[in-house]
Amino acid sequence: MQKKFSSNRYDPQGAVRDDVSRRHFIKGVIACGTVAGAAGLMTGCSDSGDGGSAPAGSAERLISINVNGMSRNVDVMPNETLAHTLRNKLGLTGTKLGCDRGSCGACTVMIDGTTVNSCSILTHTVRNANVVTVEGVGGGNGELHPVQTAMIEELAPQCGYCTPGQVVSGVALLQRNPNPTREEVRHALAGNLCRCGAYNNYVNAIVKAAGSA
Amino acid sequence: MADYNLIGKDFTPQDVRPKVTGTGKYSEDFKKDGMCYMKMLLCPMPSANVTNLDASEALAMPGVLGVLTADEVPAVDEPGYPMLTNKPRQLGMPICAIAAETESIAAEALERIRVAYEPQPFVLDPLESLYPGGPNALDSGNVTGGGEGNPPIHTRKWTARDFAEAGEDRLPMGEAPVEWSVGDVEAAFAEAALVIDEPFVTASSTHQALEPRSVLAYWENGKCFIHGSSQSQSWMMPGLARMMDVSLDDIVYIAEYCGGGFGAKASPYPIQGMAGYMAKKIGRPVMMRVTRAEEYHLGGTRPGFQGQVKLGFNANGKMIAADLYIVQSGGPNRGSGDYSSAAGALALVYTPTNMRFRGAAVVTNKPWHVSQRGPGQNQLATVVEPLMDRAAKELGIDRVAIRDLNAPEADVVFTESQSTVTSMYLKEAYKLGAEKFNWEEKKAMSGQRNGSKVIGVGVGSAYHSAGSNGFDGLISIRPDGKLYVHSGVGNLGTYSYAGTCRAAAEVLGCSWENTVVLRGDSRHGLPWTLAQFGSNSTFTNTRTNFVAATKAKEMLQRLAAMDLGGEPGDYEVANEAVTNTSDSSKTMTFAQAGQRAIELGGEWDGTEYPDNLNDVTKAALKNVTGSGLVATAKDELFKEGSVPGMAAAFCMIELDTDTGKYEILEMHSIADCGTVLHPQGLQQQLRGGAVMGIGEAALDRMIYDPQNGLCATVGLYQTKPPSILDVPTLIETDAVNQPDPQNPFGVKGIGEPAMGCAASALLSAISDATGTYFNRTPVDPDMIINALSGRPQSFTPLQVNV
Ligand code: FES
Ligand code: FES
Repeated sequence: MQKKFSSNRYDPQGAVRDDVSRRHFIKGVIACGTVAGAAGLMTGCSDSGDGGSAPAGSAERLISINVNGMSRNVDVMPNETLAHTLRNKLGLTGTKLGCDRGSCGACTVMIDGTTVNSCSILTHTVRNANVVTVEGVGGGNGELHPVQTAMIEELAPQCGYCTPGQVVSGVALLQRNPNPTREEVRHALAGNLCRCGAYNNYVNAIVKAAGSA
Repeated sequence: MADYNLIGKDFTPQDVRPKVTGTGKYSEDFKKDGMCYMKMLLCPMPSANVTNLDASEALAMPGVLGVLTADEVPAVDEPGYPMLTNKPRQLGMPICAIAAETESIAAEALERIRVAYEPQPFVLDPLESLYPGGPNALDSGNVTGGGEGNPPIHTRKWTARDFAEAGEDRLPMGEAPVEWSVGDVEAAFAEAALVIDEPFVTASSTHQALEPRSVLAYWENGKCFIHGSSQSQSWMMPGLARMMDVSLDDIVYIAEYCGGGFGAKASPYPIQGMAGYMAKKIGRPVMMRVTRAEEYHLGGTRPGFQGQVKLGFNANGKMIAADLYIVQSGGPNRGSGDYSSAAGALALVYTPTNMRFRGAAVVTNKPWHVSQRGPGQNQLATVVEPLMDRAAKELGIDRVAIRDLNAPEADVVFTESQSTVTSMYLKEAYKLGAEKFNWEEKKAMSGQRNGSKVIGVGVGSAYHSAGSNGFDGLISIRPDGKLYVHSGVGNLGTYSYAGTCRAAAEVLGCSWENTVVLRGDSRHGLPWTLAQFGSNSTFTNTRTNFVAATKAKEMLQRLAAMDLGGEPGDYEVANEAVTNTSDSSKTMTFAQAGQRAIELGGEWDGTEYPDNLNDVTKAALKNVTGSGLVATAKDELFKEGSVPGMAAAFCMIELDTDTGKYEILEMHSIADCGTVLHPQGLQQQLRGGAVMGIGEAALDRMIYDPQNGLCATVGLYQTKPPSILDVPTLIETDAVNQPDPQNPFGVKGIGEPAMGCAASALLSAISDATGTYFNRTPVDPDMIINALSGRPQSFTPLQVNV
C-alpha cells in the first residue's frame, strides 16, 4: 500500500523511478508543445476544422452535384466533406454531425441508394452520383415518406439528433427490401447510434412503414 | 381515476415533425450574417500553470479576427469551473480561444500560439489524493461538497494507518467529511443472520449526448443573443446574465432543440459565455462548433465511486443494517451530490432499520464531472441490487420476494433528515413486473444450458426524486381565440415540455388544437421554472400550469360577470369560451376575452402581476403584457416530502460462457410515475432509460493513462454507447398508474430510475448466469471470462480509470 499511494510519485521534483518517466513525458510535451499543435495530439482534439474552408494554398472549384433530384452548382474545396457542403453551402442542415469521424451515423445520406456517412466522403467524389438527404426522402410539397409518418405516429425521436440519419437508413432499407423483418431493420440501423435509446421505436416505425410504403 | 380530456392521452408534440424532416434547428444549424468561427486551445496535460502565452504569430495570419484569453473573461474561484484559465487543472481545459473568418483558419492559428506550460502534480485516483502527502487536484484543496462546517473546498488527508489497515481489498475509511447515521448500526450487525461486506467501484462515465454543445453568440442593441444546446430554457437565464454581466432583459436565449444532455446540459456552461465574450470583443457573430473529441473533455462526466458497503439481514431477509462509505471521484470543479443521493437511495429503496453513511467527494484532474441521469441513485442501484440477489440466495429467499420485503410503503421515513414521500408504489411495480415477465416461469429457466450458452434471469429497481415546486406558470388568452401556454421547460427530448402544457388546457377545457405552446426562445416570454433535470418537469410544471390556468379561469369568470352580469360562479369555462350556466346567450369567447383584457389593462393583461413571481418571470412578462388576458401565478400548492419516481425491471439473458458475451432476450420495465401523463412519452423514457442502463452496466467508462494523465476514451468507438444490436429488439413497458396525491393530476417523473432499474436488472441477470457478483460497473466480457475460468481480474478491487 505504501508504494501504491506513494506521494513522491506525484512530485515533479521527486527522484523515484515512476517520476523519471513522467518528467520525461513532460519534457517531451514542452519540447514539442510550446505550440498548440501538440495540444491536439494529447487531448485527441487535433481537428483541423470544418473540412471545407480553405487551408492556405488550396482553391475552391465549381462543381455540380445532384442533391435530392436537383442539380446544384457549388464551389468546393478538394478536402471538403459532403456533410460540410450539404450543411454549410446548400443549407441542408437536416444532415447532422455527431462525430464527424464516421462513427455515429447522424450524417447518413444516400448516394445512389446506398447509405453513406457524409462526414467521411469528399464532395468532389460524388459529382456523378445522386445524393439524397433527409430533406429529399419525402415527396415534393412537404409530403412525408411513410417512414417519417410512422416515426411521428410511433413517437420515435427523442432528442431528434440521430433522427435524420435513422430516417435515411430506414428509407434506404425499404428501397432495397420493401418487407424487412425486425431483425433486418435492426441490422440496417446498426450504424446509427442513438444515445437517447429510441431504437425500439425506430424499428417499430420502419416495420410499420414497410406495410404502407 | 378522474376522467380527463387530455391527461393520459397520446398526442403529437409540435417538434416531432421537424425532427423527422430535418427542419428542426439545433444550435449548430443557425447562421448569422457576418458569422465567424471560434476554436479553443485546450491544455495538453492534466495540470499546468501557463507561464507565457504568445498569440502574435496567430494574430498576424490573414483571416484571424482575435484571441480571447483568461484575463478577458470573468475569473472564477476554485472549485468553480473557469471559462478560460492560465491554471488549467484538467487535460483539455480551455486556455484561450481564437476567432477567424473560417474554422480552418482558426484551427491553423491555434497551432501558432506559443504557450509555455509549467507542469503541476496531478491526481486521477481519489484515494491517492486522500493518502498522506498525496497531491491535491486544486490549489485550494482536494475535497468538495457537504458536511457540516466544511468549506466548499478544503484539504483532507487520511492516515497511513487508515490505508494500511484496509489493505488492497477494502476501502480505506479515514475520517469522513460527510457522515450520518440512523439507529444503532453496530448492534444490528451483531444480531444479523447474514452480513455481506464488499468493496465496489462504479466507473466515471461520460454523457456523450449525440449533439456536441455547439454555440452561436452575437450582440444586437446591447442584448446578448445565445443559441445554445441545453436541456433547460428559463433556468439558463439568470446564470447566463451573470456570466455575461448583463441584466436579465439583455439576454436572449434560444434553445428550441437539444440533441441530448442527460444532465450535462442542464445549466449554463462556460463555453456559452466564451462565445459571448468573443462576439463582444470582435463585434461579430461567433459560432463555435464543438467537436466530439472536445465533448469528452468539456461535455460532462458522471462521478465514479469507490466504496465499501456492508449489509446485515435477519433470517427472513429484512435488511436490518446498512453501512455505506463512498469516495466520489469528481473533476477539478465543485462536484455533484451523487454520493449523498446514493445514500438516500439505499435508505429509501431497501428501508434498512439502522444505517450509517459516510462519504467524501474528492476532486481530480479529470474532466468536468456533473450529474448524469440518476446521479448517485443509479450507481447505487448497480452496487446494491446484485448484493440483494446474493442475500436472497444465501438466505434461500426468492429474489423478488426479498426486494418486496424491503421495499418502502407510502409512510416510509428515511435518512437522518427523516424524509418522507408523496406516494410510493414500488411493491406494486414488482408485482406487476413479475406478472408481465412471468417471473416464476423465467426463474425456473435460470441456469439452463444450451451448449456453451447459459440463461440468466435478473431483477432490478431504482429511485429518483422526481418533482419539485415553487415555480411560476404563465398563460395568455389572445384575440385570436387561442390559449397560449408559455413553457420555460427545455426540450430534452422527453416531450414533457408539451405534456405539462396540457395541464393548462385540461383546466380550461380548451382543445389541444386551439392550444399553442410557446417555448425555446426567451423572446416568447417564458416563466421561471426549474432546469429540466432530476425527472422533475412532469410533476413541477403540471403544477405551475395548473395554478396559472386556475387563475385564468377565475379571471375569465370575473370578466364575464363584470361585462355580462351575474356572479363569477354563474359562469363556466369550456370550449374556448366562458358561458353562463343558466343562460347560454351570456357568453364570451376566448377571442373576446383576450380583446377585452387588452382594453382593460391593469390586472387583466399582465400590466399588474403578483409580487411573489421570480425575476425571470417578471422579465418575461415584458414580452407578454398587452397580448391578451394574461394569467401568471407561483405554485404555492401543498408539497411535503420527496416525490419518488420508482421503477423495477426484469431481464433475461443468454450468456456465452466461451466468449463472455450475451444477448438480452427480454426486458420489462415498470414505472411508478403516478398517473400516466403521456403514454407514448412514458414508454419512450422507459425504453431509452433501459438502453442507457445497459450502457451503464456493460459499456460506459472513461479510461486514463495513470502515468501521464491522458484520456484514452475520446471517441465514440473508444467508449461506445449501446448500439441497436446491444439492446433487446423490444423492451416491454408498463406502469402501475396510481396517482400521487400532491400533484393536481396525480403525475410524477420517471426518466432517471428508468435507467438504473435496467442497469441493475442486467447485472442481476449476469450474476445469475455466472454465479459471480462483480462489485464493479461496467462488467465487460473479459471480466466475465475471468470469473468463469477462475482467473483473477486484471485490476485490484478498488482500482479506477481502467
Ligand atoms: S457525423 Fe458522420 S458518422 Fe458521425
Ligand atoms: S433521439 Fe436522441 S440520439 Fe437518437
